[in-house]
Amino acid sequence: MNFDRLKEKLEILADAAKYDVSCSSSGGSRKNKKGALGDSSASGICHTYTEDGRCVSLLKILLTNHCIYDCAYCVSRSSNDIKRAGFTVDEVVDLTINFYRRNYIEGLFLSSGIFKNADTTMERLVRVAKKLRLEENFNGYIHLKSIPGASDELMQEAALYADRLSINIEIPTESGLKLLAPEKNRQDMLNPMKYIQNGIAQYKDEKKIFRKVPKFAPAGQSTQMIVGATNENDLQIIKVADHFYKNFNLKRVYYSGYVPVLEDKRLPSLTTAVPMLRENRLYQSDWLMRFYGFKAEEILDPNMPFLDLEVDPKLSWALRHLHQFPINLQTADYQMILRIPGIGVKTAQKIVSARRFQVLTIEHLKKLGAAVNRAKYFIDFTAGNIHLRHLTDINLRKLLIGGSTSKFQNQFSQQLTLF
Amino acid sequence: MTTLLYDGSFDGLFTAIFEVFEYRYKDVEIVSRERFHQENIFAEIHEVITQNEKTERVLNKLEKNIGKSGIHELLKVYLSEDSELEQLILSAVKQSIQHPTENILQNYADNDMLKISKICKSVSRERHRMTAFVRFEKMQDDVFFAKIDPDFNVLPLIRKHFKNRYQDQKWMIYDLRRNYGILYDLENCDFFYPDEKLDLNKYQQKFHDEETQYQTLWQRYFTKTNIVERKNLKLHIQHVPRRYWKYLTEKN
Ligand code: SF4
Repeated sequence: MNFDRLKEKLEILADAAKYDVSCSSSGGSRKNKKGALGDSSASGICHTYTEDGRCVSLLKILLTNHCIYDCAYCVSRSSNDIKRAGFTVDEVVDLTINFYRRNYIEGLFLSSGIFKNADTTMERLVRVAKKLRLEENFNGYIHLKSIPGASDELMQEAALYADRLSINIEIPTESGLKLLAPEKNRQDMLNPMKYIQNGIAQYKDEKKIFRKVPKFAPAGQSTQMIVGATNENDLQIIKVADHFYKNFNLKRVYYSGYVPVLEDKRLPSLTTAVPMLRENRLYQSDWLMRFYGFKAEEILDPNMPFLDLEVDPKLSWALRHLHQFPINLQTADYQMILRIPGIGVKTAQKIVSARRFQVLTIEHLKKLGAAVNRAKYFIDFTAGNIHLRHLTDINLRKLLIGGSTSKFQNQFSQQLTLF
Repeated sequence: MTTLLYDGSFDGLFTAIFEVFEYRYKDVEIVSRERFHQENIFAEIHEVITQNEKTERVLNKLEKNIGKSGIHELLKVYLSEDSELEQLILSAVKQSIQHPTENILQNYADNDMLKISKICKSVSRERHRMTAFVRFEKMQDDVFFAKIDPDFNVLPLIRKHFKNRYQDQKWMIYDLRRNYGILYDLENCDFFYPDEKLDLNKYQQKFHDEETQYQTLWQRYFTKTNIVERKNLKLHIQHVPRRYWKYLTEKN
């Protein structure tokens, strides 16, 4: 193996793949067969973190950055004058296995520019996964990026070897997609997703009857949307995510704040800051939909189409629904306790456990790990709560913003990124 | 006040706890021999001899009350090497005997139980980090070797994870601070306790030929996958506290 050449390719093709955020290793479970290499468990492991604070759990690379398309937001687009490179199937397999053996990664995330056509590209991606599974006996995690327009036959094969498949819809609105990626169309993206979704449903049915059905994309599908490249609002984004969760059974929708890398009059200028705070609020909303029982319509509505940048979406909801508070900690059901600002899933569970033993006070709440400086305005304790007098105060919002040190406010402050 | 001296082992600790009940001691402390300094010259000393049968009896009884997962939590408290570990575990056992129908560990309003839950959380976090931050280096004899130095004694908690994951390569994980490790030789996966500390000076000279090259590839990958425009060192350090950097190939 020529290491210098391999190193050069790795640098180019990791650099080109880095903007894709949909690469956690969670949701897979593949037991190691006796004597083989690797397994993946449902929770996944982040093996390290980049200096931008994002988790690295997979070797995330492009097979090649040669591309026949010219999507405006993408560094690999055909009109961009950059160094091009391509891995052989063996090189990707070798890197994956050797990184995995040293416990650097949970597996592989392989994406690609489109060379020749969709099927040629997809076929090459599938070949990597197939070789890892069949020749190297590899049971670690494999995530393949499906190529829009790939045939059903190739998607079928991909799902047999990969744990997760994804197609990034990238631009939340159709009009935005037309503007920035004129050669792509939404239908070419949705068809492979539909195919996999049906396949997964069928797999689940067959599994009930026959025990030994080969796994079919066991970690499901995900997608990614770029935020801030076009002028969609947050309500549109959340609605699209909700649609994908409901109608395509997606495991995750990722949001990627647009990083201006290309000069193009259709795009925000190169000096535009990455909308990190907005991206963060979208993840918080997504979280509320998936784990806190909030509906998309509760988080935003047409009168308020953008997420509040000052307070997180849960607090924002509480401030708009003060009549539902205070919530009695001793008697309220779990779902309502989850809606108290400053109380997360774990703390809510602990509250429900601990209150069986004794009557809880604000001191207990502190010890259980709640963000009491926020929560205290929304809770009624059996022994009463002096902070409740603020609940009807028109300045409650100010009080909360002043008194809370949101961990995101500092980290994601848009101003900081200017320096 | 009676001081029960035990040998520092998990079994020894539970034998001691059994004897607290057996001799109906009211005012006791349990101390490992190694850590014991006699301060209170009027304290009565009770020497505990580890007896598996007594340990089993306590654990069986406990398992009925707090389940396997409860026992596992107490094991984590033991592995935390916390200075109060004996007192906390004793408190949990006492309370559990008093309230056999409840999982007493969930009484987070009790100070001792809350401390136990906090310790478990820290230990679990470090266990998880060790599954992430162990870095194997391939040696000339084809063994993948890793050295660790965790704050808590988590090696027993990660053995199964690595055993499941790496079945077709020989590997070894060595705890520098506690001077013991796990060795997997393609057949057995056992703890080993060397008489002397392993000498790791210049062990890089025994690297397999390709080792430094894969390390370089990994370092380059790590650098290139970062997005400079999103640089956020504060968040980075929150995820990878500096004390772990010494394990990490990409940080050296
Ligand atoms: S098809 Fe994919 S790789 Fe090619 S330009 Fe568009 S986004 Fe980039």
